[in-house]
Amino acid sequence: MADKTDKSDKQDKSQKHKGTEKVKRGLAQMLKGGVIMDVTTPEQATIAQEAGAVAVMALERVPADIRKEGGVARMAAIEVIQRIMDAVTIPVMAKARIGHFVEAQVLEALGIDFIDESEVLTPADEHYHIDKRPFTVPFVCGARNLGEALRRITEGAAMIRTKGEAGSGNIVEAIRHLREVTGDIRRLTTLSEEEFVAAAKDLGAPVELVREVAEAGRLPVVTFVAGGVATPADAALCMQLGAEGVFVGSGIFKSANPAKTAKAIVEATHYFDDPKVVLEVSKELGAPMPGLEISQIPKEQLLAGRGW
Amino acid sequence: MSSPVIGVLGLQGDVEEHLVMLARLKVDARRVKTAHELADVDGLIIPGGESTTVGAMLNRFGLTKPLLERVGNSMPVWGTCMGMIVMAEHVVDSEQPTLGILHIDVTRNAFGRQVESAEVPLTIAGLGGKPFPGVFIRAPWIERARDNAKIMASLDGKGVMVRQGNLLGTSFHPELTDDPRIHKLFLDLVERARPALAAR
Repeated sequence: MADKTDKSDKQDKSQKHKGTEKVKRGLAQMLKGGVIMDVTTPEQATIAQEAGAVAVMALERVPADIRKEGGVARMAAIEVIQRIMDAVTIPVMAKARIGHFVEAQVLEALGIDFIDESEVLTPADEHYHIDKRPFTVPFVCGARNLGEALRRITEGAAMIRTKGEAGSGNIVEAIRHLREVTGDIRRLTTLSEEEFVAAAKDLGAPVELVREVAEAGRLPVVTFVAGGVATPADAALCMQLGAEGVFVGSGIFKSANPAKTAKAIVEATHYFDDPKVVLEVSKELGAPMPGLEISQIPKEQLLAGRGW
Repeated sequence: MSSPVIGVLGLQGDVEEHLVMLARLKVDARRVKTAHELADVDGLIIPGGESTTVGAMLNRFGLTKPLLERVGNSMPVWGTCMGMIVMAEHVVDSEQPTLGILHIDVTRNAFGRQVESAEVPLTIAGLGGKPFPGVFIRAPWIERARDNAKIMASLDGKGVMVRQGNLLGTSFHPELTDDPRIHKLFLDLVERARPALAAR
């Protein structure tokens, strides 16, 4: 094929390599600087797209409602996801339970663009996360610290997000996790060669990956923040602390004015380093989603502790 | 003349990947988010990202008009994937706002959803050496090219790279590879356009 002299449009289809690490991580790279919004209906998905979301997360219930209603939270109904996929042109993500690789297979067969192996749903396996490498579709996973992030990347995650505390409307946990990850990476960059093995042991991650992160000074995949973003200022705070983009769950459609809040959070994320823009977009938004004090949430109802 | 400055539109998308490639080529490259920053560059790259997001932001933050003025003064612009969509005259089955500077019709997500995203070697007209490593991510293709817009590479019988004077568009992402040939091609366009751009 290589010495073919005629035009490339005759190239054999078998030369296409789908689902490579590069194209899986690559989609996350295209989402950088953007906002991914939780939606439960095609109408919400359209509002999100018009506001400038780079992707939507198709759900049956937003985390705030999952929290309120309790019970087992599973992958969303296929019809719900399908209708949302039909409504927008931006990428559509959906959640599978931790360790539930068959939910992931079903979502891949449906043609979803990204799977979130998410602690917001009830875990299906208490020991193992999904082996994400054989999948053609990319995965995003939550992490509270560098060790968790590196273990998920080792399993094949193409994108990492902080866990935060989903559905809380409280940014404090997301900030804690983001600072854990970025602080741990900074410390890695100061280590000498003989210290990597001990660091890898402490982090519970392969030494090659630890060395790669130390040399690059960053994770090899895109890192977003999630769990508790409720205002444009929350989004800009995360971006200034080094997040590469933002997931907003309940923060949009549990606010008084979803369309305006969605647009404001998008603009604050793009212009996170310009307080004048953040000021402008924060005006007259109405009430944000109600927030929860983390210490008031019963321990067994905290979501961030799921996964390891 | 001092060395040229390349801007990468920095509202959203894989901005850093272009900046890293340009740094490797020892080029003065910077992120452009405002009309003020746009005025200081000799050429602009519009990176990969989401075209509905960035297309709307260009208008909201007053970048469209100064950008069109500079293109009118023959500033080179190169769009990768989303960038090419934002530059196109027409997006098939869509009303989304674009700059309309590249005389092409593009179809978004033309190869399918993410599971169809792929790496594939490409033969590019005028580019010597081995095939170019094409990285296609929810990529668009060029349905039609008009006037002086010329297709430079194709895949599945559809255009995936186009050149129109000082404007360049690729469906794929050279910034996600280690191959600098298309970035060098763009730098050549910028070098050649500079005397004319400076004279305005």
